[in-house]
Amino acid sequence: MKPVLEIKKVIKTFPGVKALDNVSLSIYEGEIHTLLGENGAGKSTLMNVLNGLYQPDSGEIFIDGKENMFLSPKDSIKAGIGMVHQHFMLVRNHNVLENILLSVEGLKSVLNKKAIRKQVEEILQRFDMDINLDEPMWKLSIGAQQWVELIKLLIRDCRILILDEPTAVLTPQESEKLFDFLGRLRSEGKSIIFISHKMREVMALSDRVTILKKGTTVKELTKGNFDEALLAKLMIGGDDIPKWERREKSIGEDILTISNLSVDNDKGLADLHEFSMELKKGEILGVAGVAGNGQKALAEVITGLKLPKDGYIMLGDCDITKACCRRSMIAGIAHVPEDRKSMGIAPEMSVDDNLILKSYKDPKFRKGFIQNRKTIKKNAERLIHAFDIKAGPPGNPVRLLSGGNIQKVIIAREMSLEPIVLVALYPTRGLDIGSAEYVHKVIVEARAKDMSTILISEDLDELLKLSDRIAVMFRGTLTGIVDPENTTREAIGLLMSGEMTG
Amino acid sequence: MIEILLFATIKAGTPILFATLGAIVMERSGIINLGIEGLMLIGALSGFVTALYTGSLFLAVVVSFFASMAVGSIHGIITVYLRGNQIVSGLSLTMFGIGLTALFGRGMVGKTISGFDKFHIPGLSKIPVIGPALFRHDLLVYLSVLIVVLVSLFFYKTKWGLYLRSVGENPAAADTSGINVLKYRMMAVLVGSGLAGLGGCYLSLAYTPFWMENMSAGRGWIAVALVIFAQWNSTRALAGAYLFGGINALQLRMQAVGTTISPHLLAMLPYIFTIIVLIIATMRLEKGSSPEPESLGLPYDREDRK
Repeated sequence: MKPVLEIKKVIKTFPGVKALDNVSLSIYEGEIHTLLGENGAGKSTLMNVLNGLYQPDSGEIFIDGKENMFLSPKDSIKAGIGMVHQHFMLVRNHNVLENILLSVEGLKSVLNKKAIRKQVEEILQRFDMDINLDEPMWKLSIGAQQWVELIKLLIRDCRILILDEPTAVLTPQESEKLFDFLGRLRSEGKSIIFISHKMREVMALSDRVTILKKGTTVKELTKGNFDEALLAKLMIGGDDIPKWERREKSIGEDILTISNLSVDNDKGLADLHEFSMELKKGEILGVAGVAGNGQKALAEVITGLKLPKDGYIMLGDCDITKACCRRSMIAGIAHVPEDRKSMGIAPEMSVDDNLILKSYKDPKFRKGFIQNRKTIKKNAERLIHAFDIKAGPPGNPVRLLSGGNIQKVIIAREMSLEPIVLVALYPTRGLDIGSAEYVHKVIVEARAKDMSTILISEDLDELLKLSDRIAVMFRGTLTGIVDPENTTREAIGLLMSGEMTG
Repeated sequence: MIEILLFATIKAGTPILFATLGAIVMERSGIINLGIEGLMLIGALSGFVTALYTGSLFLAVVVSFFASMAVGSIHGIITVYLRGNQIVSGLSLTMFGIGLTALFGRGMVGKTISGFDKFHIPGLSKIPVIGPALFRHDLLVYLSVLIVVLVSLFFYKTKWGLYLRSVGENPAAADTSGINVLKYRMMAVLVGSGLAGLGGCYLSLAYTPFWMENMSAGRGWIAVALVIFAQWNSTRALAGAYLFGGINALQLRMQAVGTTISPHLLAMLPYIFTIIVLIIATMRLEKGSSPEPESLGLPYDREDRK
């Protein structure tokens, strides 16, 4: 059988990085082909080449055996390729129908909205989806936004669908629905390129797997010839994985009490609604939920970035409900923010300076009004060594570091303040396995020293592995707290979609 | 009395309406143009010179449209294709326009042409009060209202309008749908610049049929501000422009009847009013979602890695 799509020896460099180094890939009709690799392995870059967004430096692409160069997304669309990007390509201020119109081929000059609405409604019915076409895009849940992206591909009748980490934003149940959907498309003869690094999904879904590492194809395996262990080994290769062990220990009394907390967002809608929860001393409290269900607001209120509308937060005997973030930091609350590049660091400043962003007022870092460069440098050297940060030459702006090392800089800074409570939002999102395990190690080791952690994550495996208890959020409320030892992924999934426990 | 005021309102509002429409077309594609003031001057002078030498008002309007378009293309090339800073480029365009027209307009000062005549719309212009106020204007006034309708239809009823709006909101989404982002932005800058030029030529061909240095007198800046008041919507732009025109007409009237208030203070009124309206409009916006195109002011580079 001839492949519908063949990529041969593609090379793509960005200033200073070789993102793709001799990648080859073949896709056949009616298969689900998984691209597996760590972050930075080049999966998204390769897909953006297929999408016509990036021009490869060299290499060839064949469609149905014929050579094809994609100079722009238009060429890629013509070849029948469609992609759901990791960051959705949707116009937030347009309504759903207008977003779909954008991808209709041969759209009439004067818009024929009615005819297309009918077509879209047929697709909705065929796949049993429930989406209001007149709703503005920004009002839709992330899961629904993804369905819209898929409809955009269906209405255009693509033959090759690319999905870049589609399950990152879904509950387990929603993921199941997506997999059913992909299965139906496969049986209709469509080819699907599925990008993921979640082993469970890869195993369940793939007909074939291609593993990428550092921009190169490592191996291609057909169903039956791979298992989780083999895939993980190929994906990580010879990289060191930091080892850690989570020891059983007794958990202390309540250290942080959140009571009846309500928070509004900028649009006046409730981000948190009468949210109550206790954090115990020396505990790792996992918070599960689909992103956008109030986790960010929770972290921001605790760390003093946002004021609650109602309710209170107590740290020990101290009321920190109205504390600004500097005060809550002095009180002992550390924060690993969601978006590390825009909130966690000052990107243009050096690693040294980023490490004292919160303690610059400390007398040991200054001489009167002037900074004490000597102690600042010493502090940096100590932390860079202790946290194994690959910081590059001295004075190097921190933005040039890899994602994993940027996260280490943030964690080094936060932990150097010896906090009582750490609020970590998606601390391992987008990190390679080595860096992610390092973050886990730091959190677990701090737990042994009685630090409490609120670990907000969308990765259930991470939560199940680390947490003493798991709280589940849905639309700004607490839908339940479960014990990771005595629960199932399905049970958490139900709570994530709003089903209360009786 | 009321019909005279209304008549003057529309006359004073029309140049600003043209310019605001031009700015809206550009900003909907994601490009801010602070050079509107300069483009209006280019339009005013080129139109005036053409009318003076050829005697054809029609040709004058056409020339002023294309002359401003040509000058505006500089802004387009810098901001769309070279991804330069839109604010800096626009500001220099204004200074360029002021300087260029001052230089080439020196010989034109003091000359007059016969500008646009009033065109009475048959039937409608006979209606009492409304007739003399609304239906006895020159052709450019009717053209401006026609463009309001056309722009609105273009944005919401045509494919190109949808594409243009998408380009201004999320160029990456437009690009992955196969829309040529840079082409749409450049076209928007060209057409928008031309419309700003029409606003200028209204001043020198209809409002006051002579050329005067810096005769746009800040109207280009008012237009830039009115875009926000209008929430990037052409019909609201009409309301905003006429509101400004109305205050202007009123203060001129007050000067004419001879009040004791200093004429300089009165002349400030429309501008002060614009500021107040803007503050109120923006305060109201804070609460809901912003109608501002999301990628306004941001250059688009396909291979930019975020």
